Amino acid sequence: MSQLSAMNRKLKQTVAETISKHVEHFNKTEIECLIRKFTGLLGEPAAPGRAVTGLDRGKFRSILHNFFGMTDDMIMDGVFRTFDKDNDGLVSMKEWIEGLSVFLRGTLDEKIKYCFHVYDLNGDNYISKEEMFHMLKNSLIRQPTEEDPDEGIKDLVEITLKKMDHDHDGRLSFLDFEKAVKEENLLLEAFGTCLPDTTSTDLFEQHVFQEQLEQ
Amino acid sequence: MGVSLTKAAQWTSCGSGKLELTPMNESLLKEILCFVEKLGFQHPQEAELVFEAPLQWSTTLVASDFKTDYDIRDLEVQSHEKDSEGHPLLQLSPPTVWVRSFSQLSKLVHFADYKKLEEVRACLQENRDPLLKIFGPCFANFTEREDTHSNVPHLIDEDQVKDSELKLKLFHLVQNMDQQLLKNLLQKISEQVRLDPTTVKNDIELLKRFCSEGEKRVLKSVRYTSDYEFENGCRAPLWRQLHSEICYLVIEPCDTDELYITCSTTGVFINGGIKHEGAESGYERTSEMYKDLVTLLKSQSPYFAENIKKQDFAVQELPSTQRIQHVESVDMEEQGQPQRSYEQHEKNVHDKARQQHTLNKASGEKKYEPCPRWRNHGLMSPSCNAEEKKSSKSSAEERSCEIQKKKPGQGAKSKMKAEFSVCSIPGSLSSHKIKTPAGAMPVELSSESSLESEEEEEQSECRPENNIDLPSEYWQIQKLVKYLKGGDQTATVLTLCAMMDFNLMQETCQLAIRDVGGLEVLINLLDTDEVKCKIGSLKILRKISHNVQIRQTIVDMGGLQSIVKILDSPVKDLRALAAETIANVARFRRARRTVRQYGGIKKLVKLLDCVPNLANLTETKEKDVEVARCGTLALWSCSKSTKNKEAIHKAGGIPLLGRLLKSQHENMLIPVVGTLQECASEESYRIAIQTEGMIKDLVKNLSSDNDELQMHCASAIFKCAEDKQTRDLVRKYKGLHPLVSLLQKVNNKQLLAAATGAIWKCSISVENVAKFQEYKALETLIGLLTDQPEEVLVNVVGALGEFAQIPASKAIIHKSGGIKSLVNLLAGTNQALLVNVTKAVGAYATDKANMLIIDQLDGVRLVWSLLKNPSADVQSSAAWALCPCIENAKDGGEMVRSLVGGLELIVNLLKSTNNEVLASICAAIAKIAKDKENLAVLTDHGVIPLLGKLTNTTDDRLRCYLAEAIGHCCMWGSNRKSFGEAGAVAPLVRYLKSKDSTVHQSTAMALYQLSKDPNNCITMHEKGVVKPLIHIMGSNEEMLQEAAAGCIRNIRLLALANRKARLFY
Repeated sequence: MSQLSAMNRKLKQTVAETISKHVEHFNKTEIECLIRKFTGLLGEPAAPGRAVTGLDRGKFRSILHNFFGMTDDMIMDGVFRTFDKDNDGLVSMKEWIEGLSVFLRGTLDEKIKYCFHVYDLNGDNYISKEEMFHMLKNSLIRQPTEEDPDEGIKDLVEITLKKMDHDHDGRLSFLDFEKAVKEENLLLEAFGTCLPDTTSTDLFEQHVFQEQLEQ
Repeated sequence: MGVSLTKAAQWTSCGSGKLELTPMNESLLKEILCFVEKLGFQHPQEAELVFEAPLQWSTTLVASDFKTDYDIRDLEVQSHEKDSEGHPLLQLSPPTVWVRSFSQLSKLVHFADYKKLEEVRACLQENRDPLLKIFGPCFANFTEREDTHSNVPHLIDEDQVKDSELKLKLFHLVQNMDQQLLKNLLQKISEQVRLDPTTVKNDIELLKRFCSEGEKRVLKSVRYTSDYEFENGCRAPLWRQLHSEICYLVIEPCDTDELYITCSTTGVFINGGIKHEGAESGYERTSEMYKDLVTLLKSQSPYFAENIKKQDFAVQELPSTQRIQHVESVDMEEQGQPQRSYEQHEKNVHDKARQQHTLNKASGEKKYEPCPRWRNHGLMSPSCNAEEKKSSKSSAEERSCEIQKKKPGQGAKSKMKAEFSVCSIPGSLSSHKIKTPAGAMPVELSSESSLESEEEEEQSECRPENNIDLPSEYWQIQKLVKYLKGGDQTATVLTLCAMMDFNLMQETCQLAIRDVGGLEVLINLLDTDEVKCKIGSLKILRKISHNVQIRQTIVDMGGLQSIVKILDSPVKDLRALAAETIANVARFRRARRTVRQYGGIKKLVKLLDCVPNLANLTETKEKDVEVARCGTLALWSCSKSTKNKEAIHKAGGIPLLGRLLKSQHENMLIPVVGTLQECASEESYRIAIQTEGMIKDLVKNLSSDNDELQMHCASAIFKCAEDKQTRDLVRKYKGLHPLVSLLQKVNNKQLLAAATGAIWKCSISVENVAKFQEYKALETLIGLLTDQPEEVLVNVVGALGEFAQIPASKAIIHKSGGIKSLVNLLAGTNQALLVNVTKAVGAYATDKANMLIIDQLDGVRLVWSLLKNPSADVQSSAAWALCPCIENAKDGGEMVRSLVGGLELIVNLLKSTNNEVLASICAAIAKIAKDKENLAVLTDHGVIPLLGKLTNTTDDRLRCYLAEAIGHCCMWGSNRKSFGEAGAVAPLVRYLKSKDSTVHQSTAMALYQLSKDPNNCITMHEKGVVKPLIHIMGSNEEMLQEAAAGCIRNIRLLALANRKARLFY
């Protein structure tokens, strides 16, 4: 057993080494901690023999919910989709670390890319009116008195489009989005919170990097 | 249209039949225009109806304005549409146009485009009774009849049933709109006088106090005719409110019959006897118009007039005390809107907040709730039958016709008057407030610095409300605010971003945000936990808070507290934004006090803690610097209050400011130096600025390229250079030259004032004057003696006065003709300037050549006449200036004699209570008394007893000049004896115990003179003068020795003579 764990440790170190070469924002020890956390979250393989290679949607969503207080299903799915770069329905260790690098410590540019990807629900590289409407549909209190309860949302979409759609094609391209966010940083999470706030970031980092080291 | 046009529209009185350019007419026109435009597609059938007679007016339209559907021949136009007889429905032969249907009308206004309002105006002006033309005589007359409804059916001819039906429908449409117009107008009229009911109410409350039993009773009773008060504060029935009447009173004075009084916006008058609510008659005016209730009562009841005088004081006192209490309670209860503070914590406030804002709001949603009775009359229900409404109304209308006709001419005047009466009351109150002793005032207020010249006064809003002219932004903003209220975090952030795209520096947008209740939501957002919402909200607040009214509203709503709280936030962006917003809001006292009371000063000072000058700033450090910059901006605004200056000092702000002063960036330096110069009015700051080594940096920045920065630096030096060490430091750091170079910027008066001020104060040190002389500062300054604002002149002249310390200056000023400019300035009125000018004139009068010019220009007379100036500073400064003038004039005595009444003036000033004035006058008297003739005149004017009376003073400065004056005045007649009789000798002996050697000198001289009278010698001897005099004889001063010895000799001689007499007789 000890031999195995020793091997594991060595393996972990080499993996950490390779990953740290192309992941910014984390140093090697931090990556090791993240790997440990990742394996911890994976838990025991459900069926022995079949190695589990990544976090599935459910597990990932519960992480987002528990650590970062996210509640919006659509946004959480978007975050999962963004982490899961190879679209295999699982967040692998590499994807986990690369994703967190942006999620926790990304620069503005990285975050713009990340957020755009989260909001681009169908992955066509545009945020369409329908997608916006979809993401914003619960964001206004509906006045039952109004004829069309969705009118407010539709209007909000129009307002947003007016502000962000620089090429006037009725949808947001990445360039539109990037330009708008650079002009006004508040628009980064325009269609829903998909990044952690500073307190939960600090808590998570503390939890992963410090408590894990103590173990 | 009919009634509102004939009755409500404001026609010019001169009979030319023009519609006046008033906002009310403007809105009337717009409504009518809107009606015409809409009718075309809302009721196409009715719109086709052919008018009985064409509406005809001269238009500005030309043939080319018309499009298809028209026959255009040269300049003439005819419509394709024709009536049954083949006449075109529209015909234009410039400049006249004939139109025969609404559809053509609406097309026409469409063509007219931006001139459409003008067209409608022209049309209405030339068709004073459009209804007559549209419907023909029989229909139009309906309006005048009371039983219209029943008559209508009979009028419809069987043959023309269909046509008539249409006509009837159209008629109803027009009637409905007429009603709508009237209603809007009523609203407008009541808005114009919006504030007035409150004044009336206050007056009545005041009068009610006089109804109390006992001796003070001046009235028996005061009562309203109606207990029901409308939401707008009026008690008159609605249809009377249209005549701008507010309420009716029944007042019973002690000596005459009951008075029935109408209060209207134009004034108060006695009516025909309205005894109770709902009276049908008696509204007519039976007395002249009075400006307020008290005036009316005074003229009607002699008893009231007699007694109110006795209570006049009380009448004034009453509101003022209320006012003060109000000021004190401001923080607890924000201007009578206590519920606001509770509501802040909820974001989605709907009901109350809305209600409140609809009250303030300029929109047309305002609804007065009439009491049920009026509803029964069908007055306020637009749905009710038009005819029925007319019937109840027209009788009243006719009765009021007389008053109504006067209305147009009075419209503007009455409005002005209403505003005046409203404004004048707070005005008189506040002036009264100032007069109340400080004890009664809130300590906070009285302690504010008097230097706050740029203080903005809190102003009550006098915005003309105009329903119709709301810009499109208003509605867009209203919509956004709705989303803000009902949105989650994401929607809120999006909406805030959208709101930022408006031009938030524009007043329309700023006020729109407030008026639709947006300010409240923005402030509520500050209390949430959502960082992004707070950032967004602050980004908007910092912009709109450039508006004075917005600032006040933010403070009223308790928003400033929330903003101050955010200064602690861990998010740097938030801290910076909050500080920046505070910088804007804290432009008036109450706001600054709030900042302090909620610990804002300490928090702001904490923001300053950063290192501004690292070579390579990391991103976070850069942010720190930005936060510090915003913090300084806020402190700058706050530092206009004395207490805040102390608070900044206490919080340790000065060293931090000193560190920021090392920054390279102008945008940082300007607020830092701005704050420092603001605070430099306090002694403690001046010392700190010097000891913290900031003078060096201030001097350095004098050479910056930024005028504003230079100005603040110069201004800081101006204030600090009162201190000698500071002056030396400025010289040491080579600050004098840059100061002189600033004098070149003659176009920037503020900068010039600051620079000349700094030069003035620096030149108090002779070493600095010598330096200035090198830079030819004096020549430049003399050039600035003309055509400059007073704040510059004061400093220039002050500097000139100090420059006179160097003899060379006197020659220079003589050469460059500066004396003439100085003497010219003596004719001014600015007291600070006069003090400096007289001082300078005095300083240069020490030179004979200059004195000659002064005398030629009649400068002495000018200086002398300044003794009559009410300001003690000017008086004393003028008296000091007189001394060298008298001394150096060619024939001083003759010159003084030539000033008729001058000596009497001087003697009378000895009755002043100001020691400085007394000292200066004594000095002048000493000079004047050198001329025997003048001394005789002085004596005649009773100078001796007045001087004698002053001798009991303990002020050494005064003692010195007083003794000198006494000494010189002894030279005439029996004055020595008179001084003895006036009891002046004994106190003078006491002067010898003073520690001030100059006092000794002049006292010894005076005593020597006085000792020539034997009785005085006895008194002196009794008071033990010999011992101190012997002591003084040992002084180094020859004059002093001589005087003391002479005095003792006289005493001794007397004693000897005495003994001789006893021995030999």
